[in-house]
Amino acid sequence: MSKERFRPADHPNEHFLMTTVVGSYPKPTWHHRARDLYESDDDDVDFDADDWDEAKDDAARAIVHEHERAGIDVVTDGEMRRNEMVEYFADRIDGYEFNGPVKVWGHNYFDKPSVVEPVEYDEPWLVDEYEFTTAVADGPVKVPITGPYTLARWSFNEAYDDVEALTYDLADLVNEEIESLIDAGARYVQIDEPALAQHEDDHAIVGEALERVVDGVPDDVRVGTHVCYGDYSRIYPEILEFPVDEFDLELANGDFEQLDVFRDPPFTKDLALGVVDVHDAEVESVEEIKRNIERGLEIVPPERLVVSPDCGLKLLPRESAFRKMRNLVTAAREVEAALDAGEIESPAPSSATADD
Amino acid sequence: MSELVGTTLGLYPLPDPAKESLSDLKGHQKSDLVDGDERDAVLAAYADARDAVIDEQRDAGLDRIVEGQLRWDDMLAHPLAVHDEVETRGIVRYYDNNNFYRDPAVVGELAFDGDVAADLERGFADDDPVDPSRRQAVLPGPYTLADLATDEYYGDDAEFLDAIGEFLAAEGGAFPDVETLFLLEPSLATNPPGDGEDARASEAIDAVATAIDAEVVVFPYWGALEEKVYAHLLDADVDAVGFDFATEQHDHTYLINEYGTTDDVALGLIDGQNTLVETPEAVRERVEWVQEQAVVADFDRIYVTPNTGLFYLPYGTFVEKLQVLGEAAARREVSA
Repeated sequence: MSKERFRPADHPNEHFLMTTVVGSYPKPTWHHRARDLYESDDDDVDFDADDWDEAKDDAARAIVHEHERAGIDVVTDGEMRRNEMVEYFADRIDGYEFNGPVKVWGHNYFDKPSVVEPVEYDEPWLVDEYEFTTAVADGPVKVPITGPYTLARWSFNEAYDDVEALTYDLADLVNEEIESLIDAGARYVQIDEPALAQHEDDHAIVGEALERVVDGVPDDVRVGTHVCYGDYSRIYPEILEFPVDEFDLELANGDFEQLDVFRDPPFTKDLALGVVDVHDAEVESVEEIKRNIERGLEIVPPERLVVSPDCGLKLLPRESAFRKMRNLVTAAREVEAALDAGEIESPAPSSATADD
Repeated sequence: MSELVGTTLGLYPLPDPAKESLSDLKGHQKSDLVDGDERDAVLAAYADARDAVIDEQRDAGLDRIVEGQLRWDDMLAHPLAVHDEVETRGIVRYYDNNNFYRDPAVVGELAFDGDVAADLERGFADDDPVDPSRRQAVLPGPYTLADLATDEYYGDDAEFLDAIGEFLAAEGGAFPDVETLFLLEPSLATNPPGDGEDARASEAIDAVATAIDAEVVVFPYWGALEEKVYAHLLDADVDAVGFDFATEQHDHTYLINEYGTTDDVALGLIDGQNTLVETPEAVRERVEWVQEQAVVADFDRIYVTPNTGLFYLPYGTFVEKLQVLGEAAARREVSA
């Protein structure tokens, strides 16, 4: 579905380069403290599950409003209720167990879960999160969900013959969750697949998995896929066959070196372009971000361009994350105005006919 | 009859308390990782962790004991990452794993450093010394280390590989007495050397192997070697070649039958990247299966090992896998 549906009523320009985020956002310091209190073994600490729920609500509300103050068109709650992008879901799926932390790099660890028996849907994953977020947000909300391939790849597989079989079973569970989200009113979901583009030929598995994920999803629901930190030449142009409306791609971190991958054959989906780096706390200037946005116009026309950070902002200092979002929005609005005025033109072929 | 020797490829996970204490002592950022110049408190935390993993190996009854390579924040790139003439750059992906290391850029001559030897001294010769007949050292193979690094000094691939080989030979030459050296060469399988480079990779391995007075095992993993690469590898003066039977079986038995192999072999029969814990019986069956398949070979000694380093695993699972290895190799000899 077209991004036009999400155009705010008071949008100032004719062109609309929708701004959004990938999902995660730095957690407020007090939110970490609340978690420590909740997880504390100290009998003197009086902080129960209700207190912890309230802390998560407070954090979600604060971060939704922080996105809105930055001017982001389609917001998330910064994933304030989620601890980690695989752990959170594995914790809610029957068939997973946790055995302890493993190294990702340096002293950064993750509780990589093990699939020990066939996976089954147990309890809702994100419906409460969506309902709360949409209730406190003024505008549209996007729901990021970790995709089945990443859930499979970033787990130990003790129960399935291969990653492919596990991925497809997980895809059916993601599909079930998306159905619930749509029933609750969600109209924009993003399947996060950072494990895509890190292995040869994995696009075939992800393509089939996404067919399962979107099975029965009505046309008026926008479906995106986020991919980051991989070798995109491994997955392009095959991903153009995926049943999604939009690809959200990390590109600023590599200084757009991989942009050329998407020139031939022409990019036929909407492009949510990463225009700010999430691994560098230094805030890009509005001028720099405008130049980055214009790089996206080399690939798709304005009606198919969405503006986004490279990836989740959660590892940045919070102030830096906010200022990056604010500059991103300012830059998008200025590029729109320049497009309206005919001061810049998109070198990409117009998709007026391809987008019908 | 083949003698069974239970051991590992090193690269262990830190015990969970050490994960926490070292994380607090060192920090989480790129610049906080080891540089060969750590504070006493950090070294002390590593010493405790090293004692713990040495005890785990003794408890499991392993025939060879490693110090665990616990300081290797950058995995196999470690010996370069701590070198004075190397600058660590951005965080880059470690093979096809969801792991990352600092890109080591070589900016000057790779003179002798001694970092790896110092860890072996610390691990093996403290107040509860490991008997020299059970000591095992671990190094990246020269081709792998060159593959993981960025050369900004030598300016020529062949010269760079030679330099890395000489550097590793000098590092190995400074080791305390060890019985066995495992040279880990995953890049030989994942990013095979081309014509000419395959012969040079073998010569570089040879240079390291001849510099150290120990049984040398070269272990490529993550798939089988290309035939030509394997044939060249057999030219190196090593005592054993390792085969990753956890990820590939038939290509390996084909190589062994078609090209022959070393008198001793290492068989990676335990999956170092999966929490599913094998049984000792299953491991023994796999040893016998390889012996049956390798019709023309008659192995004097079989090192029974995992297929990779073990840092991929949660600590508890890692300990369980050590015990399985110990039990599987406890029956000293097998015949097909």
